[in-house]
Amino acid sequence: MSTPPAGTTLIDPETISYFYDEEADGFGEPASAAEAPRKPGMMVSAGVIGLGFLVLVVSLLGMPLSGAWTPFLLSFGLLSAGTISYVWFTYKDTVPGIKHDGVMFGNTTHRGAIAWALGIALTGFYVVLYWWPEYLARTIMLVEPLSQALAGQPANQWFLYGFLYTMAVVLFGFRMFMRYRHNRYHIIRTISVMFFQLVLAFVLPQFLRALNEPEFYFSYFWPLKYDYLFPGTVDYLVNSPGALGSFMVFWGVICSFIATPVLTYFYGKRWYCSWVCGCGGLAETLGDPWRHLTPKSTVSWKIERAIIYAVLLLIILTTAVLWVSSTSQGALSAISAPLKQWYGFYIGAVFAGVIGVGFYPVLGNRVWCRFGCPMAAVLGIIQRFFSRFRITTNGGQCMSCGNCTTYCEMGIDVRAYAERGENIVRSSCVGCGVCSAVCPRGVLKLENGRSHGDRYPGSDKPLGAFSTAISKGARVYGDRDGYV
Amino acid sequence: MHTVIVGNGVTGVTAATRLRQLQPDWKITLVSGESAYHYSRPALMYIFMGHMTYEATKPFEDRFWRDQRLDLVRDWVTGIDIEDKQLVLHRSGRLPYDRLLIATGAKSNKFGWPGQDLEGVQGLYNLKDLRQLYENAERTSHAVIVGGGLIGIELAEMLHSRHIHVTFLIREASYWCNILPIEESGMINRLIEEQGIGLIRETNLKEIVDDGSGRVEAVVTEFDDRIDCQLVGLTPGVSPNTDLVKSTPIETGRGVLVDNSFRTNIPDIYAAGDCAEIVSRNGGRNLIQQVWYTGKKQGKVAGEVLAGEDTAYNPGIWYNSAKFFDLEYQTYGMILSTPQPGEHHLYWEHPSHRHAVRVVGTDGCIKAFNFMGIRARHEVCERWIAERRSVEYVLGHLEEANFDPEFFVRHETEIVRSLKEQLA
Repeated sequence: MSTPPAGTTLIDPETISYFYDEEADGFGEPASAAEAPRKPGMMVSAGVIGLGFLVLVVSLLGMPLSGAWTPFLLSFGLLSAGTISYVWFTYKDTVPGIKHDGVMFGNTTHRGAIAWALGIALTGFYVVLYWWPEYLARTIMLVEPLSQALAGQPANQWFLYGFLYTMAVVLFGFRMFMRYRHNRYHIIRTISVMFFQLVLAFVLPQFLRALNEPEFYFSYFWPLKYDYLFPGTVDYLVNSPGALGSFMVFWGVICSFIATPVLTYFYGKRWYCSWVCGCGGLAETLGDPWRHLTPKSTVSWKIERAIIYAVLLLIILTTAVLWVSSTSQGALSAISAPLKQWYGFYIGAVFAGVIGVGFYPVLGNRVWCRFGCPMAAVLGIIQRFFSRFRITTNGGQCMSCGNCTTYCEMGIDVRAYAERGENIVRSSCVGCGVCSAVCPRGVLKLENGRSHGDRYPGSDKPLGAFSTAISKGARVYGDRDGYV
Repeated sequence: MHTVIVGNGVTGVTAATRLRQLQPDWKITLVSGESAYHYSRPALMYIFMGHMTYEATKPFEDRFWRDQRLDLVRDWVTGIDIEDKQLVLHRSGRLPYDRLLIATGAKSNKFGWPGQDLEGVQGLYNLKDLRQLYENAERTSHAVIVGGGLIGIELAEMLHSRHIHVTFLIREASYWCNILPIEESGMINRLIEEQGIGLIRETNLKEIVDDGSGRVEAVVTEFDDRIDCQLVGLTPGVSPNTDLVKSTPIETGRGVLVDNSFRTNIPDIYAAGDCAEIVSRNGGRNLIQQVWYTGKKQGKVAGEVLAGEDTAYNPGIWYNSAKFFDLEYQTYGMILSTPQPGEHHLYWEHPSHRHAVRVVGTDGCIKAFNFMGIRARHEVCERWIAERRSVEYVLGHLEEANFDPEFFVRHETEIVRSLKEQLA
């Protein structure tokens, strides 16, 4: 038997000469890739947006604002028209399909200077909005005519916030239409979030104000809208003139305790998180360019579970303490008031607003929904153990490319399941459907099955699976620790 | 027991993880010169297009390898000392093994074209090629791709995504029509041209022209047409990478010759995946399979054999999938480009040319499917083929096979009507 002497080179010397440290040096942004041709329509649209900004700045700095329509219509009209036409000209001549070219190279989309600047600007806006609204006085004046028209009352900072929020959902919803025009799931759920934001979370509450009824948001429930079941809010609603206030309390209780479990059982958490919720609505529209930024590591998953369930416990505790305090003539009032204030400040304002939206361009579009939202925590527990919803994996077609994991805004390692041919049943999944859309091999499908018992081994015994999960953390089906 | 696996592609890694499941205490080492960690080869294109980072193409977190005690060695294997049971490594000396799995994958074909070794001429198979493509693309405004397979169209899509003008030179009359029936192939021609990519058919490459500095400046076709370009992608398929074993006593044919348990002619040396050629036991054709899922499936069986189990590879019912620009393709069962004797082909195509279904029967029983722009359930299609369901039954239940996302427009009514007419 012939044996090559030590060190004999059998393989191509050119191959051996290859050494590149792909871990350290990677495959990043191309040094000088050819720019996408800028179409004239896009240039004109950018000009219109710039003009809108100019009008906005001039109005805010120099003009006497007396609740007139002109500066409002001119500034926001130009901004909106420019954005819509920019998106239109960007996508209209492209072939329908996934539009992720260059996402990882983009300054805006991959934590470049623009992303940081946007993050700081958004964060700054929230800080001013919550704690120094006096600096927004002139901006609030700008939207005064709309507030008068809808509510018959002066605008305040929350009206301004609602208006800008709704505008973002609608404009960037249009961007979703253009990007996903080959995919009816995305078109329909985008219409849904636009509708709920525009009608239930913006126009209707203003009409209620016009009618001297309580300003109520029918698309938000406890524990996300935590104060809706606080004794103070309930008293206020029940004691407001007419029956509508009492109906609002009834609606809130029904939605939190009956509609939520029932709808989640049939359709999964998505019926709320990516179809109805305003936070979800903004994340799925304005936040879409940053959906890939959420971390995917097992460590981030552990942090997620620790924080989100802590917030859930905290709001349950706060609510309970407030009720005890209010029904027992002030017992516990020493802790109930600070607790309420603390939750409102740190969770309601700092976490959900400043970090949740302000950090979109840096941490991804679902920071609040993934790590903080107590409503998502409740929906997640129901989805994980007591729901028919699952993401089905199509046999052996997965080739582990990782597009699904990359574009999962909730940081789920979808690929880890798909490549093993397992269904994805995870509490955090909001059912946005992007994993299915980006999969180049047709492997993933969001489905409402005929029962909850065929989703994974043991799912016919949800209580057992639930108790296992509680006693052993998530070391049950679907934990990446168990992948071999 | 120390098992060494050469190659950290899908076959090597699947074998390693399977072996770890079965033999929790054995020492297992994976050697690769290409990358420190396993990554998904089909995702190379998404790195280049900016859809994904390199980091994201790794199916396992780095800590996985430590947790599973799978030792990783970053080095090239340059020789095998069969008598002493040692591998010769390029930089780090010798590595003894008790059992050895060769999973070295495949190599891009080169057909001896004049100029094929010029700068700016390359294939696309591994990270080295991707590095080269990064550099070559920087100076390219026009690229020519020669060879019309799956890698060719991926390369076209990659370069197109960076706004490089692409000309696609294929030998065949229509894209990939040596594999796909002419109708499906025609849909893809249309897509290629819709993207603004030049498709030149039935044309062979004659030579690649040097610009005087050892770099490509043009290609010349067999009809003496000259196409100026700064990059040439050569993608005429791949062959088993047998470099490592060529001058050893390990027998090779086109690939490393193995039995259906991946044993080579040398005891304790195995080979699986793209580099392996499975010798037919009944005098039929030897089997070389070079797609992702067969690499994974072979790796699983190889891991079991390495662990000492008596397992044999069963190829099962063929399936595959691909995406041509935005058009998804799935196939279940084997369909050749032209109907074989006894086969009956039924075909429906949507007027938009974005959806099509082909149903192939033999003797009235279902044999295979092609789906273009429609997702189909693997489990259902495979079961129908395995159970030899009648074509009538399949048409009557076609909607059960649909795997499109919710709210997608369904075409079953038209498909079934059209296919039934053809059947009658």
